[in-house]
Amino acid sequence: MSAETTDPATPAVPPSKKDRMKIPRQHMPEQDPARRRRNFEEVNQGLTVLGAATEALRCLSCANPKCTAGCPVGVKVKDFVDLIVAGDYLGAAAKIREDNILPAITGRVCPQETQCEGCCILGNKFEPLGVGYLERFVADYERETGQVGLPERAPATGRRVAIVGSGPAGLSAAGDLVRMGHEVTVFEALHEIGGVLVYGIPEFRLPKEIVRHEVDAMRKMGVDFQTNVVIGKTVTIDELMGEEGYDAVFVATGAGLPKFLGVPGEHLNGVYSANEFLTRVNLMRADAFPESDEPVYDCRDRDVAVVGGGNTAMDAVRTASRLGAATSHLVYRRSEAEMPARAEELKHAKDEGISLMCLTNPVAFLGDEDGFVSGMRCVRMELGEPDASGRRSPKEVPGSEFEIPIQVAVIALGTSANPLIQSTTPDLQTTRKGYIAADPETLRTSKPGVFAGGDIVTGGATVILAMGAGRKAAASIHEFLSTGVWDATAAETPS
Amino acid sequence: MFPIVEAEFLAPDVKRFVIEAPRVAKKRRAGQFLILRLHDHGERIPLTIADSDPERGTVTIIVQGVGKTTKLLNMLGAGDAILDLVGPLGSPSHVEPFGTVVVIGGGLGAAIAYPTAKAMKEAGNHVVSIVGARTKELVILEREIGAISDELLITTDDGSYARKGFVTGVLAELIESGRRLDLVLAIGPPRMMQAVAETTRPRGIKTVVSLNSLMVDGTGMCGGCRVLTNAGARFACVDGPEFDAHEVDFDMLVRRNRTYLQNESESLKRFLEDPTRDLERVRESCHLEQRHPEVRREASRS
Ligand SMILES: Cc1cc2nc3c(=O)[nH]c(=O)nc-3n(C[C@H](O)[C@H](O)[C@H](O)COP(=O)(O)OP(=O)(O)OC[C@H]3O[C@@H](n4cnc5c(N)ncnc54)[C@H](O)[C@@H]3O)c2cc1C
Ligand SMILES: Cc1cc2nc3c(=O)[nH]c(=O)nc-3n(C[C@H](O)[C@H](O)[C@H](O)COP(=O)(O)OP(=O)(O)OC[C@H]3O[C@@H](n4cnc5c(N)ncnc54)[C@H](O)[C@@H]3O)c2cc1C
Ligand code: FES
Repeated sequence: MSAETTDPATPAVPPSKKDRMKIPRQHMPEQDPARRRRNFEEVNQGLTVLGAATEALRCLSCANPKCTAGCPVGVKVKDFVDLIVAGDYLGAAAKIREDNILPAITGRVCPQETQCEGCCILGNKFEPLGVGYLERFVADYERETGQVGLPERAPATGRRVAIVGSGPAGLSAAGDLVRMGHEVTVFEALHEIGGVLVYGIPEFRLPKEIVRHEVDAMRKMGVDFQTNVVIGKTVTIDELMGEEGYDAVFVATGAGLPKFLGVPGEHLNGVYSANEFLTRVNLMRADAFPESDEPVYDCRDRDVAVVGGGNTAMDAVRTASRLGAATSHLVYRRSEAEMPARAEELKHAKDEGISLMCLTNPVAFLGDEDGFVSGMRCVRMELGEPDASGRRSPKEVPGSEFEIPIQVAVIALGTSANPLIQSTTPDLQTTRKGYIAADPETLRTSKPGVFAGGDIVTGGATVILAMGAGRKAAASIHEFLSTGVWDATAAETPS
Repeated sequence: MFPIVEAEFLAPDVKRFVIEAPRVAKKRRAGQFLILRLHDHGERIPLTIADSDPERGTVTIIVQGVGKTTKLLNMLGAGDAILDLVGPLGSPSHVEPFGTVVVIGGGLGAAIAYPTAKAMKEAGNHVVSIVGARTKELVILEREIGAISDELLITTDDGSYARKGFVTGVLAELIESGRRLDLVLAIGPPRMMQAVAETTRPRGIKTVVSLNSLMVDGTGMCGGCRVLTNAGARFACVDGPEFDAHEVDFDMLVRRNRTYLQNESESLKRFLEDPTRDLERVRESCHLEQRHPEVRREASRS
């Protein structure tokens, strides 16, 4: 399996297709599970140059590559992999950046197995090409060698765009718009730029340094970042377009409203929403308390239960383990096969000794005399007939209640739309569930000059989809600023 | 970075700050708060906006030093700066001509109640203010509150100044005197607010309290500030901070606010042993921030 056995980076004769297919998929070096389950350093260590060159050689260079179609932003996978094979790593990075401005981030957090890699035809017989690993490799190479080339800016247009929210949707829109010559200001409610990338996704999967690096590059390109501004409170959308003189606004506020279970005991001390738990640790560095001032309820030698099965749940349960939990249970009402989290995260979690409690649902949290959570009452579940979505729906097994002792609980059931902007912008149409209604193609909303995209339109989705929305918005805003035409019929309420 | 332009002690450990924050100053209405962070290792804490001057672009806060962050803040003065300050947050107080409004401030609650009391007076209400403190030197804003009140009643727990007793005693007398009270606004320690709620409940006098739950983001994202009301769980930072006192589960509020008692005392002890590190951090962080405009300017030049 070792990448170091041959030196394919400089093959005398390019290997034949048949030989290439014999190369095994390169293994991602990772921190030893026994060690990493107690630290916040990155789990994946990145491919070596040799590993990356070897992996790239596995690509069959299909005439009609399916991988690109599988990527929500259409990264030209074959082209960038060809450049890696040719040894031009910076060229490869530049090629990715044509479609994806945050490759170091997507290379780490995209669910590749269902996107590019899921479409790779190598996957029919062998393992698919490690597109995510390669993307990460070139982006890291570029950053570590300090050779990130800033794209050229078009001549200044004199038009000003306000972007609300600095998550992946806002960042990718800002990157495109500034390149097109517009003046761009990104407003962020928190004190740090990055949205879920900094407050949600933990350091061990996505070091914040990487997000900061990308943000700095954008700053150098001229994007103005203003933290500590809550649009809708500090300044309204109408004021942005009025007194503050912006020609267009892109709303990319994400879906940050936490959901709770609605079961007894949910508000006991020590029961967190995943957003609070992760924000305390990631954004506020509560893991370093008392060196950092923000505390988090002490998980050391305690039993922690995280409820949910998505990326957020996975991040929370692995964070609990890193905070020193004696046991970290992941409690999920369906079976392992239905878990929506990335396959790699599930695998990493298992390697780190997370206890999986599938087909289990909490029905109550129990408290001690001081009001701290001390236990969780659960029921066992079984999977019934497939429902409309094709997923088998979980049903309670009668009489199967049981209790486990826990001292910390984290609810990670997903999020819904934060209503802050919608409630202070009366002419902005929303969907039944409170998301902002925007045309799926142009991302125009019901309010002239205002566009919306990312999780605030789609509901909780993925980094790359949010970035795709940001790019679409940028193109659409550019068109609006160039033509000055606002077609009032363009916005429709998606059902 | 938000420069402090004025700072003065109003009472031992209670300090009034005037801070430059033009956007917040322009927008803020009575009842709203801000969240600030002092340095790059600091926590985010909520503080009521006691006053603002849109022309000058400043906001006023009144801070009681109870733990590490508030005590550190109270060591800063004019010329220092706050690293991060975001606001105005929360829903503004509901102000309209109700008739007779009783505004009760317990301890530091007087400072939090003051802006709403002032707005109530400006809306044409007859304002009766009751200010309670443990002892004489902790009575704050007497002059300011007096100036906007039709009647001002002061109580001290130990009787060292004005009337001896609790604010609820004065309130009960008012109610028993048969006067018509259209609204009671009570702000102070949770148990005081609860006692006020129980005093007005039998007569069905509408009572509003401002809840001081623990907060992180202040935008409705974390759910940490949730409080229980008859209508279920609500987020104090966006649905509040003011709530109908007769619908609030005060026990849960008190209980959740105790979550970090141990961490808080550990943090405070470390800080008091040597506050210089944190003071340095404030100055360094703010200095760092100051350089950001340079970075930006250089970038746009190249
Ligand atoms: C814990 C966690 C793990 C995840 N893991 C993955 C993963 O591995 N792979 C993946 O592809 N996806 C993952 N996701 C999903 C992904 O992060 C989101 O889909 C994506 O971040 C959405 O981007 P966005 O730009 O729409 O919004 P967000 O990233 O949510 O950013 C919105 C920003 O707007 C700010 N904001 C909100 N309201 C206002 C306002 N009124 N004024 C100013 N600013 C405001 C917020 O503070 C926030 O910073 C994860 C999500 C979470 C929570
Ligand atoms: C909406 C809102 C408005 C507020 N306005 C003001 C204000 O105008 N002036 C002011 O001085 N304080 C105000 N507070 C309280 C202030 O936020 C806390 O005193 C502060 O967070 C304590 O931080 P610390 O690090 O100094 O103390 P900590 O070390 O965090 O706490 C020390 C002790 O203070 C108490 N405490 C902690 N957090 C709170 C809290 N949120 N509310 C009440 N008591 C708390 C607890 O008893 C705790 O043991 C307000 C709180 C809220 C929620
Ligand atoms: S403070 Fe986070 S939701 Fe209110």
